[in-house]
Amino acid sequence: MTPEEISNLLRRTFGDAIEEVVLAGAHPYVVVQADRWPEVAQFLRRDRRLKFNLLRCISSLDLLPDDKLAAVYDLCAVPEATDDKPLVCPHEFAVRVVTNRGNPHIPSVADVWETANWHEREAYDLMGIVFDNHPDLRRILCPDDWQGHPLRKDYVFPKEYHGIPGTTEHELPSPRH
Amino acid sequence: MTDTILESKPDLLVDYDRAEQGDLDTEELLINMGPQHPATHGVLRVVLRVDGEMVLEAVPHIGYLHRCAEKIGESLEPYQYIPYTDRLDYVSAMNQNHAFALAIERLCGIEVPGRASLIRVIFLELNRIASHLVTVGAYGLDMGAFTPFLYVFREREMILDLFEATCGARLTYSYITPGGVREDLADGFVDSCREFLDYFEPKIDDYNDLLSFNQIFVKRTGKVGVIPARDAIAYGLTGPCLRASGVRWDVRRAIPYEGYERFDFDIPIGLPGGTGNIPPGVVVGDSWCRYYVRVLEMRQSVRIIRQALDMLADTTPGEIMAKKVKNLKLPAGCEVYLETDNPRGSMGFYVQGDGTTVPSRVKARGPSFSNLCITTHVCRNVLIADIPAIVGSIDMVMGEVDR
Amino acid sequence: MSDISVPWRDREKPRLNPVARLVVVIAKLTRAVWTPILAHFAGFLLLGAIVGSILLVWAVYGIFNYVDAHVMDVHEPAAGDRFVRVAPFQEALAASEVPLGAVLAYPLWVLQCPFIRDVFGLCGVFGVICLVAMFAIWWERKVAGHIQSRCGPMRVGRWHGWAQSMADGLKLVCKEDLVPRSADRALFLAAPYLTFIPAVLAFVALPFGTYWVFRNLDVGLVFILAMLGVEVVGVIIAGWASNSKWTVLGAMREACQMVSYEIPMGMALLVPIMCVGSLNLVTVGDSQSGGWHTWLAFRSPFTLCACLTYFIAALASCKRAPFDLPEGESELVGGFHTEYSGWRWCLFFFAEYAAMFVVCGLATILFLGGWHSPLPSSWALESNAIWAKAVNGLLFAGPLWFIGKCMCLMYVQLWFRWTLPRIRIDQVLHACVQFMLPLVMLVLLANTFWELYVVPGDVLFIVGNVAASIVGLVLTLGFVVIAGYGWWNRRRLVQPQGWTYAVDLLKGS
Repeated sequence: MTPEEISNLLRRTFGDAIEEVVLAGAHPYVVVQADRWPEVAQFLRRDRRLKFNLLRCISSLDLLPDDKLAAVYDLCAVPEATDDKPLVCPHEFAVRVVTNRGNPHIPSVADVWETANWHEREAYDLMGIVFDNHPDLRRILCPDDWQGHPLRKDYVFPKEYHGIPGTTEHELPSPRH
Repeated sequence: MTDTILESKPDLLVDYDRAEQGDLDTEELLINMGPQHPATHGVLRVVLRVDGEMVLEAVPHIGYLHRCAEKIGESLEPYQYIPYTDRLDYVSAMNQNHAFALAIERLCGIEVPGRASLIRVIFLELNRIASHLVTVGAYGLDMGAFTPFLYVFREREMILDLFEATCGARLTYSYITPGGVREDLADGFVDSCREFLDYFEPKIDDYNDLLSFNQIFVKRTGKVGVIPARDAIAYGLTGPCLRASGVRWDVRRAIPYEGYERFDFDIPIGLPGGTGNIPPGVVVGDSWCRYYVRVLEMRQSVRIIRQALDMLADTTPGEIMAKKVKNLKLPAGCEVYLETDNPRGSMGFYVQGDGTTVPSRVKARGPSFSNLCITTHVCRNVLIADIPAIVGSIDMVMGEVDR
Repeated sequence: MSDISVPWRDREKPRLNPVARLVVVIAKLTRAVWTPILAHFAGFLLLGAIVGSILLVWAVYGIFNYVDAHVMDVHEPAAGDRFVRVAPFQEALAASEVPLGAVLAYPLWVLQCPFIRDVFGLCGVFGVICLVAMFAIWWERKVAGHIQSRCGPMRVGRWHGWAQSMADGLKLVCKEDLVPRSADRALFLAAPYLTFIPAVLAFVALPFGTYWVFRNLDVGLVFILAMLGVEVVGVIIAGWASNSKWTVLGAMREACQMVSYEIPMGMALLVPIMCVGSLNLVTVGDSQSGGWHTWLAFRSPFTLCACLTYFIAALASCKRAPFDLPEGESELVGGFHTEYSGWRWCLFFFAEYAAMFVVCGLATILFLGGWHSPLPSSWALESNAIWAKAVNGLLFAGPLWFIGKCMCLMYVQLWFRWTLPRIRIDQVLHACVQFMLPLVMLVLLANTFWELYVVPGDVLFIVGNVAASIVGLVLTLGFVVIAGYGWWNRRRLVQPQGWTYAVDLLKGS
């Protein structure tokens, strides 16, 4: 299915849960309302026409000018065929879920795609998006007692962490070169 | 979660009351495998909950090699960022360079000259062989077979020599950049490369004799850590790990890039995909299959390189860089997510431009990161000796897990 | 930056133990003397050391004999009379003619004391162990290197790194003697010795030839087996005292592996004992002097089977690959010796290589003719030529034959180690309990009936003997052929001839 068909299908099924459709460019996606997202995810995963069974990546975004955070879910359908021919990807698509910056909450989809478990933890760790109903929402890359979420645009690099200096000799506030 | 258990439970605790009553219940033990452990290939830490030799639960902890690769990507131009991609998966740096370069090219609509594209394919596949060699050798080492490790490094050395002759570096190449490749091939590269391929192909049989079909090795890895195809897809496994589960999924074929559709090659998968010669005691999706898919992939890479070397004769030397790639402005509001098939699985880069020369967001989707998240699911009720067998067959490079 | 405290910089300097300090001082003082000598005459030194030590052993042996013959009282010494009087010397003095022996009797008087003789003998045994371990470590590294298409040690001592083991030993002695803070200090310090001393004691009863044994025990085999069994206690204590989870796991693996493999090993050794009817290793060895077809391994199909079973079980009890689970560096970091370093760690390895030699020695004595050559000794006895006797191991050549056979078996052990992956613990126990134990029980039972009802000279005896001999010959030839094939094709292991290196391809080169 082409991205147009997928977005039309989603719009027909979920109506105003689909807030926006962006088909231009190299990365077509739809914006899904945060509280309806698990429903849409189930549909994307289970629907016979779509069968998006492979969640490739969750990229968290900081949309600082809009005062929003977002998570981009890149999906891909892997046919469960067992013939000898190499599989060709029937369709790939992306979903963006936007949440407000002050109190970022997105429902978890770890029960839809198991791999979302770690990807959501990473987004929580680095961007501070809280995924509701996540089975085990802890920091994954940073230490447990790390302050702040480093990938946010307004993140200030700490001056010191357990006695380890966080600035360079030239007293630069962030590791920007 | 596990950390708190670890702190609340003293080591080697003996329950004296129960011992006095003659109750022979065994105590569970929490063991830290890593971050400094020979079998964890770097700084992975797996917390094992064991009962004697039996592992009841294994929880991986990562992040010891976190170097803020994505944050750095937001403050550097794509050219400057290429050396950082080397350091993600340092065992297959060419493929990492390429994944990022391809994302930038797709974002900015850059066409790569034909010669550069062929050179890229040659180097990608050479690096795939080099990376699989490390995996195969290190996996043997995990299983206690020391000798294959040195054999594969002998062959890898020759690949590194070819790389060194062309781009001067042996581990972190920064050779493939947005728009093409940095330098043309070294003089005599094509002949040397053919010489290497002729030498290398029969060596694969040596590895099979020595390791792949060794009875002890098959017994150690067969039926250990079986991942069914459905689980593999649900947990986001890609690359050899997914193919070993019987799914013939390869991004090079599924969503072709870099002209891979021009080449004739097979995609080896775990068992019924059929190479004869399969030892008994092996099932689809077990550790042996994950290992052996890599051995088979090396042959396919040799095939691709041979074809690419033949095609290279039709191109003009020197055409290795697209025009107008200096001071590249990434279009505002444009974003791209692109996956390439790396030796360890699908390496994805999500790049968002904001009209300047510096991307506003770079997200690297490491294949090992996704592959590793199945560890807890697979490592249940196995022996301690199976943990290296499973973790080694998933084959992660911590640089790219932690980024 | 300067206010960061660096723990390893603030710590006081490591204290070396007095022995290590002495070694360091001696090494520093004599460095200037030894370095040029070692560098220029390494090969000669090595050769000289080997020849010299053989001559020395022979000389001591000769002197002992001489003292026995000429100096000591020809009469049996009285009970409790530990020091032999120099009566013959006084008698000789009384006679005006002074024989040479009587003159030598004064300086050699010390040697008449059994205690002094034992000290000499024990020093010899200890020296043999050190030589064996040092040689075996160097040899293993060379074998491993050549199997893996590299050279192994090449620097120390010039000629193929022959002094590598000594250099390593020196380094290990000089290392800091680390004891983990949470370890059980006394046990931790004692454990390496508890492993090393049994290995030394096993050598005490191990005959290198008919007369080349420190203590010819009537229950020599049982004693050696007991010592090999006691060795495991040291390992378990080491694992427990280190107070680390990996070491405990390694120790437990060692314990369960040893306990299970002791049984097939001991039962397999009962088979040749049953054939000879003696536990005295010298008797067993000397019963096989009639040429290679009288070696106990080739006596009947069952003894051959027992021989192979014993060899595998011995691999397991020495924790050699593919049974090296107690160390299992890819699973248990280092197993029982994870926390050890320096000299104590070195002791574990000395014990391991000594135990390797002991189990190979047992296999040689009990199955492969001990110190006898494959030629029947009757042939040499008839001939008066000294070389014929030497070849047959009748003169001083016995220990050489013995050591040669042991080295062949040890080579097989090394070969296994550098070829095979490691087995899993459940497979190790499965192989032992469900395969080797029933097999060796059957062999023992069958051999009993064979010994009872098949007397030498029977048709069946000859058939069995010939069959086992042929199989044994084929196995030996196979071993030689495979090893020779590897040697012949050793060039295949290195990179293709004429490979152009990167520097040659670089532009402008």
